[in-house]
Amino acid sequence: MFETLSDRLSTVFTSLRGKGRLSQSDIDATAREIRVSLLEADVALPVVKAFVGAVKERASAVEVSQALNPAQQIIKIVNEELVKILGGETRRLVFAKNPPTVIMLAGLQGAGKTTLAGKLARWLREQGHTPLLVACDLQRPNAVTQLQVVGEQAGVSVFAPEPGNGVGDPVGVARAGIAEARGKHFDIVIVDTAGRLGVDTEMMAQAAAIRDATSPDEVLFVLDAMVGQDAVTTAEAFRDGVGFTGVVLTKLDGDARGGAALSVRHVTGAPIMFASTGEKLNEFDIFHPDRMASRILGM
Amino acid sequence: LGAATLDDDSWADIEDTLLMADLGAGPASEIADRLRAEVAAHGISSAADARALLRTVLVQALSPEMDRSIKALPHDGRPSVVLVVGVNGTGKTTTTGKLARVLVAGGRTVVLGAADTFRAAAADQLQTWGERVGATVVRSSAGADPAAVAFDAVKRGIEEGVDAVLIDTAGRLHTKTGLMDELGKVKRVIEKQAQVDEVLLVLDATTGQNGMVQAKVFSEVVNVTGIVLTKLDGTAKGGIVIAVQRALGVPVKLVGLGEGPDDLAPFEPGAFVDALLGD
Ligand SMILES: Nc1nc2c(ncn2[C@@H]2O[C@H](COP(=O)(O)OP(=O)(O)OP(=O)(O)O)[C@@H](O)[C@H]2O)c(=O)[nH]1
Ligand SMILES: Nc1nc2c(ncn2[C@@H]2O[C@H](COP(=O)(O)OP(=O)(O)OP(=O)(O)O)[C@@H](O)[C@H]2O)c(=O)[nH]1
Ligand SMILES: [K+]
Ligand SMILES: [Mg+2]
Ligand SMILES: [Mg+2]
Repeated sequence: MFETLSDRLSTVFTSLRGKGRLSQSDIDATAREIRVSLLEADVALPVVKAFVGAVKERASAVEVSQALNPAQQIIKIVNEELVKILGGETRRLVFAKNPPTVIMLAGLQGAGKTTLAGKLARWLREQGHTPLLVACDLQRPNAVTQLQVVGEQAGVSVFAPEPGNGVGDPVGVARAGIAEARGKHFDIVIVDTAGRLGVDTEMMAQAAAIRDATSPDEVLFVLDAMVGQDAVTTAEAFRDGVGFTGVVLTKLDGDARGGAALSVRHVTGAPIMFASTGEKLNEFDIFHPDRMASRILGM
Repeated sequence: LGAATLDDDSWADIEDTLLMADLGAGPASEIADRLRAEVAAHGISSAADARALLRTVLVQALSPEMDRSIKALPHDGRPSVVLVVGVNGTGKTTTTGKLARVLVAGGRTVVLGAADTFRAAAADQLQTWGERVGATVVRSSAGADPAAVAFDAVKRGIEEGVDAVLIDTAGRLHTKTGLMDELGKVKRVIEKQAQVDEVLLVLDATTGQNGMVQAKVFSEVVNVTGIVLTKLDGTAKGGIVIAVQRALGVPVKLVGLGEGPDDLAPFEPGAFVDALLGD
């Protein structure tokens, strides 16, 4: 439904004549189109501004010639800059020297944490690990039941000593979950937590307490790819409130352009590690920066 | 003339506020243009006055005259039927529970239909809501035909003579044609025995520009009659609804302000705009 960046830039450059460097007005027009493209892809405004600034600088070096299409040259620059930010050192999960490895999931309500818990567990089990899912969302109605079902689908054990629905202490469950894993030789613990808002200080403190009780090797911030401008505020709130070592983008099976990927990476520097691409437990992939760049550009 | 007296920074600030609230680049610049015209017409020269005018322009863009009532009262000797739809995780089940709460508190009787037979523990979640607010839940087993569950819920509602039947459906991305067809079928099957009075599309306030295509596609498939904007208790502003309302001609009717049973409120354009502008 949106115009692609190439369409937009071709319009800018149809009036372009002659040789030499792009004129200042060409560069300004180019910058405007890139800005709108990124905004339509939900890249956060402060990130758009910084990004367009960087691209503008490189664009001023572009030589206009008959042979090379300036629109394509600019797109190449934009693409390279995107991959540079999205990529960096994409890394694998860090495993503890002394098992169990603890992976804690955190994020807004409905982002896809519980589903991801099942996906990660299934994926790790297939690699020969023995993961334990720990049900620390005692808030959302039947979050515990949901994790139990997901665990069954994934073929892994679920530690759920509390019924939830407002009953039980999530920090206690988290601590007991680690002890359970030690005692029964699970080598990975995946801690599912309740969804929480960045502004909910009490719930943020609870997340920090779960973190302190479990000393996670990874805290994964789970983010819905459909998120708009709020991505930065929320990512900062989770960074400051609980801290995270990696990001997982969910619901990438839709048609959201996923500009939030650029926003969180740019603002927090944390790597995007996985892409969640469906409701089923096998719909899950390692994150590919180049694919994400094309997606943001609508190509 | 008047517009020239406001500096570029003030205009940039105004546009940034709109963009940060997820209005989208197109609507944000349209609103800014409308504001420029108004500022010129009224000879306004201070940034503070311009912002006050911006509030008026935004409220107008939300068509405050629209009818935002929920059609949840029985008619023709039958319960009203409300269908709740949207993409994954927006707050459909929670909204269904909260809406039942409002109705029950008003002395109405309610049946909830658990037509999400796909997501793990979705029916259990609705069941918990039913117990919490005092509504009967009609459910089936995991993997059952959602249209059949919806049909049964409405049948039960008619038999028991309740006031409203609220059908919770599974989250689905608008891009999945198979699942969208399934949703269309849920509605058609209900219509074999009762009119669907209200189709509520649940949009998450954190959603960016994708909200627009969600709204368009859901509307094509099940003819949305009202929008519920959830998770407004967070930092997200939900500005996409301005464009959505206009494109669909369908009002935002309710807002979600938390996870509790009483965290549902009527949509008020003025309050929404105040929160959006951060005043
Ligand atoms: N299409 C799609 N749906 C997803 C994906 N990941 C999760 N979902 C769906 O999104 C909805 C929410 O997922 P959950 O795993 O319950 O999310 P959560 O973060 O645990 O939610 P809370 O615990 O309520 O905060 C469910 O309908 C999931 O099936 C994905 O990658 N693609
Ligand atoms: N803060 C806040 N959380 C909400 C609100 N509405 C729903 N939630 C939470 O968002 C999460 C998802 O809500 P659900 O009602 O399960 O969403 P859904 O649309 O039914 O999800 P699926 O059926 O999986 O597609 C839950 O953790 C809810 O408690 C709201 O207005 N504010
Ligand atoms: K808000
Ligand atoms: Mg969950
Ligand atoms: Mg639901």
